[in-house]
Amino acid sequence: MAQLTCDHLRLGYEGRPVLEDLSFSVQAGDYLCIVGENGSGKTTLMRTILGLQKPLQGSIRFGDGLREGGIGYLPQQTNVQKDFPATVREVVLSGCQARLKNRPFYSRADKKRAEENMNKMGISAFAKRCFRELSGGQQQRVLLARALCATEKLLFLDEPVSGLDPNVTAEMYALIRSLNREGVTILMISHDLASAVREASHILAVGDSVFYGTKEEWLAEKGGERL
Amino acid sequence: MIDMLNLYLSFPYVQRAIIVGVLIALCSSLLGVTLVLKRFSYIGDGLSHVAFGAMAVAGILRLSNDMLLVLPITMISAILLLRSGRNTRIKGDAAIAMISVGALAVGYLLLNLFHTSGNLSGDVCTTLFGSMSILTLRPAEVWLCLGLSIAVMILFFVFYNRIFAVTFDEDFARATGTRADAYNLLIATVIAVIIVMAMNLVGSLLISALIIFPAMAAMRLFKSFRSVTICSAVLSVCCALAGLLISILAGTPVGSTIVAADIAAFLACCGVVKLQRRTV
Repeated sequence: MAQLTCDHLRLGYEGRPVLEDLSFSVQAGDYLCIVGENGSGKTTLMRTILGLQKPLQGSIRFGDGLREGGIGYLPQQTNVQKDFPATVREVVLSGCQARLKNRPFYSRADKKRAEENMNKMGISAFAKRCFRELSGGQQQRVLLARALCATEKLLFLDEPVSGLDPNVTAEMYALIRSLNREGVTILMISHDLASAVREASHILAVGDSVFYGTKEEWLAEKGGERL
Repeated sequence: MIDMLNLYLSFPYVQRAIIVGVLIALCSSLLGVTLVLKRFSYIGDGLSHVAFGAMAVAGILRLSNDMLLVLPITMISAILLLRSGRNTRIKGDAAIAMISVGALAVGYLLLNLFHTSGNLSGDVCTTLFGSMSILTLRPAEVWLCLGLSIAVMILFFVFYNRIFAVTFDEDFARATGTRADAYNLLIATVIAVIIVMAMNLVGSLLISALIIFPAMAAMRLFKSFRSVTICSAVLSVCCALAGLLISILAGTPVGSTIVAADIAAFLACCGVVKLQRRTV
């Protein structure tokens, strides 16, 4: 059974569709890159899968142990508060909020989970530093650790490398790759088709022509074509 | 001077004023960070004008406890303003400007048409700048203020982690199943309660200062959400206490003295940060 199945989706804002008749499914362990030009509906698709807006038509089903709200989400950097006074630990711990259920405070298990994810992302050294004082790459690691606190199963990354310099970009891709190897399903919005094809197992292209298939099918159909 | 202070402090109405003033200052500082970072500060400003309009209506109706009318009206406006903030047809800030200036004008107009006491401009000035109304609180109002501030503190304490999450990244909170709309509503309602209480202390025009200055000052000094919250609460209580005592001794208006103390604390914090940078 697939973790995520999108069935004949029509997406858009206020009744105006951006994307029509989109169907695809994601299996556990997949690494799916969503590519397309600006305004082609990538972000709308992400917001719909995350439950931030409703599809105009069609359905999204979760399965294989994944619940709605069980997705870890890494937002685009521009959407994060820039001058927020919060330590790295406070930010990462806020990833556990779905685990709070009806409790007001985080449990010891939640705090341990946050520590583990900070270790995994290599940011334990600055757990007490202020989030806003970190570099772009470090901030992304913090937000990735937060996303990992929210899920073991599926991560949704919105342009995780935009604005990072080449070295940090390579580190970020390696980090995502290693998470995928541990069995975390990855959904990633990307601008960079070349690295999408290099990193992903599946490609979803939205826009004028919609494509969904494995990387091999994409290469066979499109060759080295650029967006 | 100490003798004079002791004398004043022995009056029960002064003791009540100090207790209520400190509680109001504590509550209003708690949500300051959220208010500033969620760009809700304009809602606070708009609501304080609505509260003025409601106060005018309550005055005309000769209600014995005007908070019973002002509180629900301000809470409803808070909910409406929060909704309109997302409305694309009338821009959020324009809607707030319309409501707040409208309430101010209608309130003053009503007061003029139906004024019952001889001293109209004195009444208006009291509502806008607070003057001595904190010293003339009746026991029922004191109890209401006590109850409300305890409720605000308990709500903030219980929902602390949710408020943090919704303020830091609303989309993430929503995506992981936190009911962000409900918490936004809670925050707006609590702001309304704080504003109505703070009207007694500093008057409706100066409320935003009471909410924003301690938070901004604490944000200069500290780096974690928890320490910023604690620091802004401590600063706000100290400034309110200092302002109250100074105004009692020097006979200055309570509200503006407290706000002046807040401004001084903010400037002091800025100075401390500058000095730290120079020595590093």
